[in-house]
Amino acid sequence: MIDLLIGPFADFGFMRRALVACFSLSLGSGAIGVFLVLRRMSLIGDTMAHSVLPGAAVGFMVAGLSLPAMSLGGFVAGLLVALASGLVSRYTPLKEDASFASFFMISLAVGVLLVSTHGSSVDLMHVLFGSILAVDDTSLMLMAGVATVTLLLFAVIFRGLVAECFDPTYLRAVRDQGGVYHTVFLILVVLNMVSGFQALGTLMAVGLMMLPATAARFWVAEVWSLIALATGIAFLSGYAGLVLSYQYNLPSGPAIVLVAGAIYMLSVAAGPRGGILAGLVRRRHLRS
Amino acid sequence: MTTADYLVELGDLTVTYDRHPALHHLTGGFARGSLTAVVGPNGAGKSTLIKAIAGLVRPAGGHVALHGLSSRDIAYMPQLAAIDDSFPISVLDATLLGHWRRVGAFGTITRAMKAAAREALATVGLEGFESRSFGSMSAGQRQRALFARVLVADSPLILLDEPFSAVDARTTADLIGLIGLWHDEGRTVVAVLHDFGQVRRYFPQALLLARRKVAWGETADVLTDGNLLAARAMSEAWDAEAPVCEDERAAG
Repeated sequence: MIDLLIGPFADFGFMRRALVACFSLSLGSGAIGVFLVLRRMSLIGDTMAHSVLPGAAVGFMVAGLSLPAMSLGGFVAGLLVALASGLVSRYTPLKEDASFASFFMISLAVGVLLVSTHGSSVDLMHVLFGSILAVDDTSLMLMAGVATVTLLLFAVIFRGLVAECFDPTYLRAVRDQGGVYHTVFLILVVLNMVSGFQALGTLMAVGLMMLPATAARFWVAEVWSLIALATGIAFLSGYAGLVLSYQYNLPSGPAIVLVAGAIYMLSVAAGPRGGILAGLVRRRHLRS
Repeated sequence: MTTADYLVELGDLTVTYDRHPALHHLTGGFARGSLTAVVGPNGAGKSTLIKAIAGLVRPAGGHVALHGLSSRDIAYMPQLAAIDDSFPISVLDATLLGHWRRVGAFGTITRAMKAAAREALATVGLEGFESRSFGSMSAGQRQRALFARVLVADSPLILLDEPFSAVDARTTADLIGLIGLWHDEGRTVVAVLHDFGQVRRYFPQALLLARRKVAWGETADVLTDGNLLAARAMSEAWDAEAPVCEDERAAG
């Protein structure tokens, strides 16, 4: 049993690195995901992830398969999309989700165009699906750095972010620049996307962000406990996904996200706060 | 009354949404320590006026002047509908937001501030609800919590946007008592209301709006049958024209 659960990590350096990478990602993603859900921006996380692609492609064209270059490119592209969407939703009648969707489609198309004219489909697969088993020290440092920055900045903007989600007009009435918290938050979203795409790919990185957050909602009901639980679920998903991918020779990214998905389904079914079973029990209680 | 007695003075205030006037050339003032009800038909610009005073919408023309008061010192209570009640925040934390003008996003919440919030919750009849989630309470209880937040803010000027729109009679009676208390303490209170009976009974001053001022002064003089009829007629006429502000049309 111990062999099964700990063996792969004891035997192989790349498995250990992958595990540390998962933990680093989870630390940032837990909080980010919870606030994305609370701000009703769940799908915006998805659009942000895709908009990172052209930047990563430009980085790849300039410097080859270099993580710092691709990350920087992705970060800049993601930031541009977030900024442009923010400006459009602020100064035109278009809602935030619609303007995000528009810019991410443009960004994604540019990305696919760049990758298909200047790279091979193998590179595209790498960016889209990542390879957590090939994480090197540089990318590990990047992920740990992003997690650290994320947690520190979250501590700074936490009160403002909560107040701005709960009652934005009140915050504006007491002359607080609520937009600042939102902007810092969006930057953190982009940072964590970039950090995640190397390990899990742009598509799967969102999974580790959203699924633990939506699952946690069925168990607890305060912002801090949601974040703690979401981070824990992300940890567990990363670990279990890696073990499964090792034992059954599965691709690691989807394995990790599918574990998170299983935890989510279980939470929907059995979670005490709004879960389906809890609803059934309550109904029976009312009838008797 | 001279302008020096005004806490809030409006000079030819005009607010537009997409160039259609929501509030039109409003001049007048709210005296220090006055208790005023803002009434009028739907779409008459009542909430818009409150928002303009709170600095939440920018006037297209004219001005709002605050005398001896910073705009941070206004306690503004939004409509209950403007609040995300699915957000997981405890009643105590929601009430503590009243301290925002003193502590902002980074200041320390002292023990005294927490005590003040608890005391405010007790005053509005929510003792024991401190750790309940805001969204899990009834509309009436949520409205009480918003009043507690205003209590905590301890502001000289209090703006209430439809404070009783989703609330039962008993809660309304309790909260009107609280408004009376604020009035006795010398605070200036402006509230958007719908119930004329309520206004006649508890509010000495009234402002009747129909996108422009119909009448402003002692409640008995404002809420006359003639004025109310005029307000309704004006509001219907406006709707039929769907107008662009005259001045703006002239300007460009």
